[in-house]
Amino acid sequence: MADLKEQVLTTSGVNPLKCMRCGKCSGTCPSYDSMEYHPHQFVYMVEKGDIETLMKSESIYKCLSCFACIERCPRGVEPAKIVEAVRLAVIRQQGQNHLKPQQIPAMLDEELPQQAIVSAFRKYSK
Amino acid sequence: MTFSYFPGCTLKTKAKELDRYARISAEALGFTLEEIPDWQCCGGVYPMAKNEIASKLSSVRALASAKQKGQALVTLCSACHNVIKQVNNDMKTDSNIVLKANNYLKLDEPYQGETEVLHYLEVLRDKIGFDNLKAAVKNPFTGKKIAAYYGCLLLRPGKVMQMDNPENPKILEDFIRAIGAEPVLYSQRNECCGGYMTLEDKPTAQNRSKAVMDNAEEYGAEMVITACPLCMYNLTKNSGSNIPVVYFTEILAQALGLE
Ligand code: SF4
Ligand code: SF4
Repeated sequence: MADLKEQVLTTSGVNPLKCMRCGKCSGTCPSYDSMEYHPHQFVYMVEKGDIETLMKSESIYKCLSCFACIERCPRGVEPAKIVEAVRLAVIRQQGQNHLKPQQIPAMLDEELPQQAIVSAFRKYSK
Repeated sequence: MTFSYFPGCTLKTKAKELDRYARISAEALGFTLEEIPDWQCCGGVYPMAKNEIASKLSSVRALASAKQKGQALVTLCSACHNVIKQVNNDMKTDSNIVLKANNYLKLDEPYQGETEVLHYLEVLRDKIGFDNLKAAVKNPFTGKKIAAYYGCLLLRPGKVMQMDNPENPKILEDFIRAIGAEPVLYSQRNECCGGYMTLEDKPTAQNRSKAVMDNAEEYGAEMVITACPLCMYNLTKNSGSNIPVVYFTEILAQALGLE
Protein backbone atom coordinates (compact mmCIF):
# COMPACT_ATOMS: atom_id res chain seq x y z
CA MET A 1 0.00 0.00 0.00
CA ALA A 2 2.98 2.23 0.47
CA ASP A 3 3.04 3.24 -3.19
CA LEU A 4 -0.67 4.13 -3.23
CA LYS A 5 -0.12 6.40 -0.25
CA GLU A 6 2.90 7.92 -1.95
CA GLN A 7 0.81 8.49 -5.07
CA VAL A 8 -1.96 10.27 -3.14
CA LEU A 9 0.53 12.43 -1.26
CA THR A 10 2.33 13.42 -4.46
CA THR A 11 -0.86 14.12 -6.38
CA SER A 12 -2.38 16.19 -3.59
CA GLY A 13 0.71 17.90 -2.26
CA VAL A 14 -0.86 17.54 1.20
CA ASN A 15 0.98 16.69 4.40
CA PRO A 16 -1.58 14.81 6.54
CA LEU A 17 0.70 15.03 9.58
CA LYS A 18 -0.23 18.70 9.91
CA CYS A 19 -3.80 17.67 10.80
CA MET A 20 -4.80 18.06 14.45
CA ARG A 21 -8.12 16.20 13.94
CA CYS A 22 -10.33 19.04 15.00
CA GLY A 23 -13.01 18.02 12.49
CA LYS A 24 -13.66 21.57 11.32
CA CYS A 25 -13.32 20.56 7.67
CA SER A 26 -16.04 17.93 8.04
CA GLY A 27 -18.21 20.26 10.08
CA THR A 28 -18.24 22.80 7.26
CA CYS A 29 -18.52 20.33 4.35
CA PRO A 30 -21.80 20.77 2.42
CA SER A 31 -21.68 17.09 1.38
CA TYR A 32 -21.27 15.81 4.93
CA ASP A 33 -24.62 14.01 5.07
CA SER A 34 -24.07 12.12 1.84
CA MET A 35 -20.52 11.00 2.66
CA GLU A 36 -19.59 7.70 4.24
CA TYR A 37 -16.11 9.01 5.03
CA HIS A 38 -15.79 12.70 5.82
CA PRO A 39 -12.93 15.07 4.92
CA HIS A 40 -11.09 14.68 8.25
CA GLN A 41 -11.34 10.88 7.89
CA PHE A 42 -9.82 11.09 4.42
CA VAL A 43 -6.85 12.90 5.91
CA TYR A 44 -6.48 10.41 8.74
CA MET A 45 -6.95 7.31 6.61
CA VAL A 46 -4.46 8.49 4.01
CA GLU A 47 -1.97 9.09 6.79
CA LYS A 48 -2.51 5.51 7.96
CA GLY A 49 -2.18 4.25 4.39
CA ASP A 50 -5.75 2.93 4.32
CA ILE A 51 -6.40 4.14 0.81
CA GLU A 52 -8.16 1.23 -0.82
CA THR A 53 -11.11 1.58 1.56
CA LEU A 54 -11.51 5.18 0.43
CA MET A 55 -11.10 4.24 -3.23
CA LYS A 56 -14.06 1.88 -2.93
CA SER A 57 -16.30 4.43 -1.24
CA GLU A 58 -18.85 6.59 -3.05
CA SER A 59 -17.60 9.45 -0.86
CA ILE A 60 -14.93 10.26 -3.45
CA TYR A 61 -17.69 11.43 -5.81
CA LYS A 62 -19.37 13.68 -3.27
CA CYS A 63 -16.89 16.54 -3.03
CA LEU A 64 -18.32 19.73 -4.55
CA SER A 65 -15.01 21.57 -4.92
CA CYS A 66 -16.46 24.32 -2.75
CA PHE A 67 -13.07 24.91 -1.05
CA ALA A 68 -14.77 25.46 2.34
CA CYS A 69 -12.57 22.87 4.04
CA ILE A 70 -9.48 24.43 2.49
CA GLU A 71 -10.48 27.90 3.63
CA ARG A 72 -11.50 26.90 7.15
CA CYS A 73 -8.89 24.34 8.20
CA PRO A 74 -6.90 26.00 10.99
CA ARG A 75 -3.79 24.02 10.03
CA GLY A 76 -3.72 24.64 6.30
CA VAL A 77 -4.08 20.94 5.51
CA GLU A 78 -6.29 21.35 2.40
CA PRO A 79 -8.40 18.19 2.80
CA ALA A 80 -10.22 18.61 -0.55
CA LYS A 81 -6.91 17.96 -2.30
CA ILE A 82 -6.69 14.58 -0.58
CA VAL A 83 -10.24 13.71 -1.66
CA GLU A 84 -9.36 14.76 -5.21
CA ALA A 85 -6.17 12.69 -5.21
CA VAL A 86 -7.96 9.53 -4.04
CA ARG A 87 -10.63 9.99 -6.69
CA LEU A 88 -7.92 10.45 -9.33
CA ALA A 89 -6.25 7.25 -8.13
CA VAL A 90 -9.50 5.55 -9.17
CA ILE A 91 -10.56 7.33 -12.34
CA ARG A 92 -7.09 7.49 -13.84
CA GLN A 93 -7.25 3.70 -14.15
CA GLN A 94 -8.52 2.41 -17.45
CA GLY A 95 -12.27 1.87 -17.61
CA GLN A 96 -12.94 3.55 -14.26
CA ASN A 97 -14.75 6.67 -15.44
CA HIS A 98 -17.57 7.46 -13.06
CA LEU A 99 -19.56 9.44 -15.64
CA LYS A 100 -20.00 8.37 -19.25
CA PRO A 101 -21.21 10.53 -22.12
CA GLN A 102 -24.12 8.17 -22.81
CA GLN A 103 -25.54 8.97 -19.36
CA ILE A 104 -25.79 12.69 -20.10
CA PRO A 105 -28.95 12.97 -22.27
CA ALA A 106 -31.11 11.55 -19.46
CA MET A 107 -29.76 14.20 -17.07
CA LEU A 108 -30.46 17.23 -19.22
CA ASP A 109 -33.24 19.73 -18.79
CA GLU A 110 -34.03 23.00 -20.54
CA GLU A 111 -32.10 25.24 -18.20
CA LEU A 112 -29.16 23.10 -17.11
CA PRO A 113 -26.04 25.17 -17.81
CA GLN A 114 -23.16 23.63 -19.80
CA GLN A 115 -20.98 24.46 -16.83
CA ALA A 116 -22.65 21.68 -14.81
CA ILE A 117 -21.77 19.08 -17.41
CA VAL A 118 -18.18 20.14 -18.01
CA SER A 119 -17.63 20.31 -14.26
CA ALA A 120 -19.05 16.85 -13.68
CA PHE A 121 -16.87 15.43 -16.45
CA ARG A 122 -13.79 17.03 -15.02
CA LYS A 123 -14.54 15.56 -11.61
CA TYR A 124 -15.73 12.14 -12.65
CA SER A 125 -13.93 11.13 -15.86
CA LYS A 126 -10.55 11.03 -17.50
CA MET B 1 -9.89 51.18 -20.82
CA THR B 2 -9.77 47.87 -22.64
CA PHE B 3 -9.52 44.46 -21.04
CA SER B 4 -9.05 41.00 -22.46
CA TYR B 5 -12.20 39.06 -21.75
CA PHE B 6 -12.83 35.34 -21.21
CA PRO B 7 -16.58 34.67 -21.52
CA GLY B 8 -16.62 30.89 -21.05
CA CYS B 9 -18.86 28.16 -22.41
CA THR B 10 -22.04 28.95 -20.51
CA LEU B 11 -22.06 32.66 -21.32
CA LYS B 12 -22.28 31.71 -24.99
CA THR B 13 -25.28 29.45 -24.38
CA LYS B 14 -27.54 29.30 -21.32
CA ALA B 15 -26.25 32.49 -19.72
CA LYS B 16 -26.12 34.84 -22.72
CA GLU B 17 -27.79 37.55 -20.66
CA LEU B 18 -25.04 37.57 -18.04
CA ASP B 19 -22.63 38.36 -20.88
CA ARG B 20 -24.77 40.81 -22.86
CA TYR B 21 -25.67 43.01 -19.88
CA ALA B 22 -22.02 43.04 -18.82
CA ARG B 23 -20.83 44.27 -22.20
CA ILE B 24 -23.39 47.06 -22.60
CA SER B 25 -22.86 48.19 -19.02
CA ALA B 26 -19.11 48.23 -19.56
CA GLU B 27 -19.47 50.52 -22.57
CA ALA B 28 -21.76 52.83 -20.61
CA LEU B 29 -19.19 52.99 -17.81
CA GLY B 30 -16.27 53.61 -20.16
CA PHE B 31 -14.51 50.28 -20.53
CA THR B 32 -14.42 47.63 -23.22
CA LEU B 33 -14.34 43.86 -22.98
CA GLU B 34 -12.31 42.45 -25.85
CA GLU B 35 -13.01 38.76 -26.24
CA ILE B 36 -9.77 36.81 -26.54
CA PRO B 37 -9.51 34.86 -29.79
CA ASP B 38 -10.03 31.09 -29.84
CA TRP B 39 -10.59 30.69 -26.13
CA GLN B 40 -11.40 27.22 -24.86
CA CYS B 41 -13.62 26.14 -21.98
CA CYS B 42 -11.89 26.39 -18.58
CA GLY B 43 -13.33 23.03 -17.51
CA GLY B 44 -15.63 24.41 -14.83
CA VAL B 45 -13.70 23.26 -11.74
CA TYR B 46 -10.09 23.89 -10.83
CA PRO B 47 -8.00 20.72 -11.17
CA MET B 48 -6.45 20.54 -7.71
CA ALA B 49 -3.90 17.82 -8.37
CA LYS B 50 -0.24 18.85 -8.56
CA ASN B 51 0.29 16.44 -11.45
CA GLU B 52 -2.66 17.56 -13.59
CA ILE B 53 -1.28 19.57 -16.50
CA ALA B 54 -3.45 19.09 -19.59
CA SER B 55 -6.60 20.24 -17.82
CA LYS B 56 -4.93 23.53 -16.91
CA LEU B 57 -3.76 24.42 -20.40
CA SER B 58 -6.88 26.18 -21.67
CA SER B 59 -6.55 28.64 -18.78
CA VAL B 60 -2.85 29.14 -19.47
CA ARG B 61 -3.60 29.84 -23.14
CA ALA B 62 -6.13 32.52 -22.18
CA LEU B 63 -3.71 34.05 -19.71
CA ALA B 64 -0.88 34.10 -22.23
CA SER B 65 -3.12 35.65 -24.85
CA ALA B 66 -3.97 38.55 -22.50
CA LYS B 67 -0.30 38.94 -21.65
CA GLN B 68 0.55 39.22 -25.32
CA LYS B 69 -1.80 42.19 -25.64
CA GLY B 70 -0.54 43.69 -22.39
CA GLN B 71 -4.04 43.62 -20.91
CA ALA B 72 -5.58 42.35 -17.70
CA LEU B 73 -7.89 39.36 -18.19
CA VAL B 74 -11.49 39.89 -17.10
CA THR B 75 -13.88 37.07 -16.27
CA LEU B 76 -17.55 37.10 -15.38
CA CYS B 77 -18.65 33.57 -14.54
CA SER B 78 -17.58 32.68 -10.98
CA ALA B 79 -16.35 29.27 -12.10
CA CYS B 80 -14.17 30.56 -14.94
CA HIS B 81 -12.82 33.15 -12.58
CA ASN B 82 -11.95 30.57 -9.95
CA VAL B 83 -10.28 28.18 -12.39
CA ILE B 84 -8.27 30.80 -14.27
CA LYS B 85 -7.15 32.63 -11.15
CA GLN B 86 -6.08 29.42 -9.40
CA VAL B 87 -4.23 28.20 -12.49
CA ASN B 88 -2.53 31.58 -12.72
CA ASN B 89 -1.40 31.11 -9.14
CA ASP B 90 0.11 27.74 -10.11
CA MET B 91 1.90 29.48 -12.96
CA LYS B 92 3.46 31.84 -10.44
CA THR B 93 4.30 29.37 -7.70
CA ASP B 94 4.62 25.77 -8.94
CA SER B 95 7.80 25.37 -10.97
CA ASN B 96 6.86 21.87 -12.12
CA ILE B 97 3.53 23.03 -13.56
CA VAL B 98 5.19 26.09 -15.12
CA LEU B 99 7.79 23.91 -16.82
CA LYS B 100 5.35 21.31 -18.12
CA ALA B 101 2.69 23.78 -19.26
CA ASN B 102 5.27 25.80 -21.17
CA ASN B 103 6.73 22.66 -22.72
CA TYR B 104 3.32 21.74 -24.06
CA LEU B 105 2.30 25.16 -25.28
CA LYS B 106 5.57 26.26 -26.90
CA LEU B 107 4.68 29.94 -26.66
CA ASP B 108 6.99 32.55 -28.17
CA GLU B 109 7.73 33.72 -24.69
CA PRO B 110 7.21 31.44 -21.68
CA TYR B 111 4.24 32.28 -19.49
CA GLN B 112 4.91 32.66 -15.78
CA GLY B 113 1.79 34.09 -14.24
CA GLU B 114 2.31 37.69 -15.40
CA THR B 115 -1.31 38.44 -16.30
CA GLU B 116 -3.58 40.17 -13.82
CA VAL B 117 -6.89 38.31 -13.51
CA LEU B 118 -9.86 40.47 -12.57
CA HIS B 119 -13.44 39.58 -12.01
CA TYR B 120 -15.88 42.07 -13.54
CA LEU B 121 -16.89 43.07 -10.01
CA GLU B 122 -13.27 43.96 -9.26
CA VAL B 123 -13.20 46.15 -12.35
CA LEU B 124 -16.26 47.97 -11.03
CA ARG B 125 -14.72 48.37 -7.57
CA ASP B 126 -11.06 48.97 -8.36
CA LYS B 127 -10.93 50.47 -11.86
CA ILE B 128 -14.24 52.35 -12.15
CA GLY B 129 -15.01 52.85 -8.45
CA PHE B 130 -18.38 52.25 -6.80
CA ASP B 131 -18.75 56.02 -6.25
CA ASN B 132 -18.47 56.63 -9.99
CA LEU B 133 -20.87 53.78 -10.64
CA LYS B 134 -23.31 55.36 -8.22
CA ALA B 135 -23.02 58.66 -10.06
CA ALA B 136 -23.80 56.92 -13.37
CA VAL B 137 -26.99 55.26 -12.09
CA LYS B 138 -30.13 56.56 -13.80
CA ASN B 139 -32.74 54.19 -12.34
CA PRO B 140 -31.77 53.49 -8.73
CA PHE B 141 -33.34 50.46 -7.04
CA THR B 142 -34.35 52.61 -4.09
CA GLY B 143 -35.65 50.60 -1.13
CA LYS B 144 -35.26 47.24 -2.87
CA LYS B 145 -33.90 44.55 -0.54
CA ILE B 146 -31.33 42.56 -2.44
CA ALA B 147 -29.37 39.59 -1.10
CA ALA B 148 -25.91 39.00 -2.56
CA TYR B 149 -25.09 35.36 -3.17
CA TYR B 150 -21.34 34.76 -3.39
CA GLY B 151 -21.34 30.98 -3.31
CA CYS B 152 -17.94 29.33 -3.10
CA LEU B 153 -16.01 30.20 -6.17
CA LEU B 154 -15.68 33.97 -6.09
CA LEU B 155 -14.03 34.00 -2.70
CA ARG B 156 -12.25 30.71 -2.01
CA PRO B 157 -9.51 29.91 -1.42
CA GLY B 158 -9.15 33.43 -0.09
CA LYS B 159 -5.35 33.36 -0.20
CA VAL B 160 -5.46 32.81 -3.96
CA MET B 161 -8.63 34.60 -5.02
CA GLN B 162 -7.89 37.76 -3.01
CA MET B 163 -11.14 39.39 -4.03
CA ASP B 164 -12.46 40.08 -0.58
CA ASN B 165 -12.58 38.72 2.96
CA PRO B 166 -13.74 35.15 2.26
CA GLU B 167 -15.77 34.90 5.46
CA ASN B 168 -17.17 38.41 5.60
CA PRO B 169 -17.18 39.80 2.08
CA LYS B 170 -18.69 43.11 1.04
CA ILE B 171 -17.95 43.69 -2.64
CA LEU B 172 -21.44 42.62 -3.76
CA GLU B 173 -23.12 44.51 -0.90
CA ASP B 174 -21.20 47.64 -1.91
CA PHE B 175 -22.35 47.05 -5.48
CA ILE B 176 -25.95 46.76 -4.26
CA ARG B 177 -25.59 50.07 -2.38
CA ALA B 178 -24.08 51.73 -5.45
CA ILE B 179 -27.19 50.97 -7.49
CA GLY B 180 -29.34 52.45 -4.75
CA ALA B 181 -30.69 49.25 -3.20
CA GLU B 182 -30.42 47.87 0.30
CA PRO B 183 -28.18 44.81 0.85
CA VAL B 184 -29.56 41.93 2.93
CA LEU B 185 -26.96 40.15 5.07
CA TYR B 186 -27.55 36.45 5.72
CA SER B 187 -25.26 33.68 6.84
CA GLN B 188 -25.58 31.37 3.82
CA ARG B 189 -24.33 33.94 1.33
CA ASN B 190 -20.92 32.24 1.02
CA GLU B 191 -22.00 28.61 1.40
CA CYS B 192 -22.27 26.21 -1.53
CA CYS B 193 -25.44 25.93 -3.68
CA GLY B 194 -24.77 22.28 -4.49
CA GLY B 195 -22.90 22.97 -7.74
CA TYR B 196 -22.69 20.17 -10.28
CA MET B 197 -23.97 17.72 -7.65
CA THR B 198 -27.36 18.40 -9.25
CA LEU B 199 -26.31 15.70 -11.76
CA GLU B 200 -24.88 13.12 -9.37
CA ASP B 201 -26.94 13.58 -6.23
CA LYS B 202 -29.95 15.84 -6.65
CA PRO B 203 -31.10 15.75 -3.00
CA THR B 204 -27.79 17.31 -1.90
CA ALA B 205 -28.20 20.14 -4.42
CA GLN B 206 -31.81 20.60 -3.33
CA ASN B 207 -30.90 20.75 0.37
CA ARG B 208 -28.08 23.19 -0.23
CA SER B 209 -29.96 25.59 -2.48
CA LYS B 210 -33.05 25.48 -0.27
CA ALA B 211 -30.92 26.35 2.77
CA VAL B 212 -29.51 29.37 0.91
CA MET B 213 -32.84 30.68 -0.38
CA ASP B 214 -34.74 30.08 2.88
CA ASN B 215 -32.05 31.93 4.78
CA ALA B 216 -32.13 34.89 2.34
CA GLU B 217 -35.92 35.01 2.57
CA GLU B 218 -35.85 34.88 6.35
CA TYR B 219 -33.74 38.03 6.35
CA GLY B 220 -36.17 39.83 4.08
CA ALA B 221 -34.64 39.45 0.61
CA GLU B 222 -36.87 40.41 -2.32
CA MET B 223 -34.25 39.40 -4.85
CA VAL B 224 -31.03 37.39 -4.88
CA ILE B 225 -28.13 38.24 -7.20
CA THR B 226 -25.33 36.00 -8.44
CA ALA B 227 -22.46 35.92 -10.91
CA CYS B 228 -22.63 32.18 -11.56
CA PRO B 229 -24.89 30.34 -14.03
CA LEU B 230 -24.78 27.12 -12.01
CA CYS B 231 -25.73 28.94 -8.79
CA MET B 232 -28.53 30.56 -10.78
CA TYR B 233 -29.74 27.14 -11.89
CA ASN B 234 -29.63 25.56 -8.44
CA LEU B 235 -31.17 28.52 -6.64
CA THR B 236 -34.07 28.70 -9.09
CA LYS B 237 -34.64 25.06 -10.07
CA ASN B 238 -33.58 23.14 -6.97
CA SER B 239 -34.51 25.39 -4.04
CA GLY B 240 -38.30 25.42 -4.24
CA SER B 241 -38.20 29.19 -3.61
CA ASN B 242 -40.06 31.80 -5.67
CA ILE B 243 -37.79 34.73 -4.92
CA PRO B 244 -36.27 35.94 -8.17
CA VAL B 245 -32.60 35.15 -8.73
CA VAL B 246 -30.95 37.59 -11.14
CA TYR B 247 -27.48 38.05 -12.64
CA PHE B 248 -25.79 41.06 -11.10
CA THR B 249 -25.09 42.41 -14.59
CA GLU B 250 -28.80 42.50 -15.38
CA ILE B 251 -29.64 44.83 -12.50
CA LEU B 252 -26.51 46.80 -13.29
CA ALA B 253 -27.75 47.41 -16.83
CA GLN B 254 -31.21 48.32 -15.53
CA ALA B 255 -29.76 50.74 -13.00
CA LEU B 256 -27.72 52.37 -15.76
CA GLY B 257 -30.91 52.85 -17.78
CA LEU B 258 -29.82 50.51 -20.56
CA GLU B 259 -33.00 48.45 -20.67
S1 SF4 C 1 -9.90 21.14 9.64
FE1 SF4 C 1 -7.74 20.70 9.15
S2 SF4 C 1 -6.76 20.21 11.12
FE2 SF4 C 1 -9.01 20.07 11.41
S3 SF4 C 1 -9.48 17.88 11.02
FE3 SF4 C 1 -9.75 18.96 9.08
S4 SF4 C 1 -7.78 18.74 8.06
FE4 SF4 C 1 -7.43 18.26 10.21
S1 SF4 D 1 -14.22 21.07 -1.02
FE1 SF4 D 1 -15.22 19.07 -1.01
S2 SF4 D 1 -14.54 18.06 0.86
FE2 SF4 D 1 -14.07 20.24 1.08
S3 SF4 D 1 -15.84 21.13 2.16
FE3 SF4 D 1 -16.23 21.36 -0.04
S4 SF4 D 1 -17.39 19.53 -0.64
FE4 SF4 D 1 -16.46 19.11 1.37
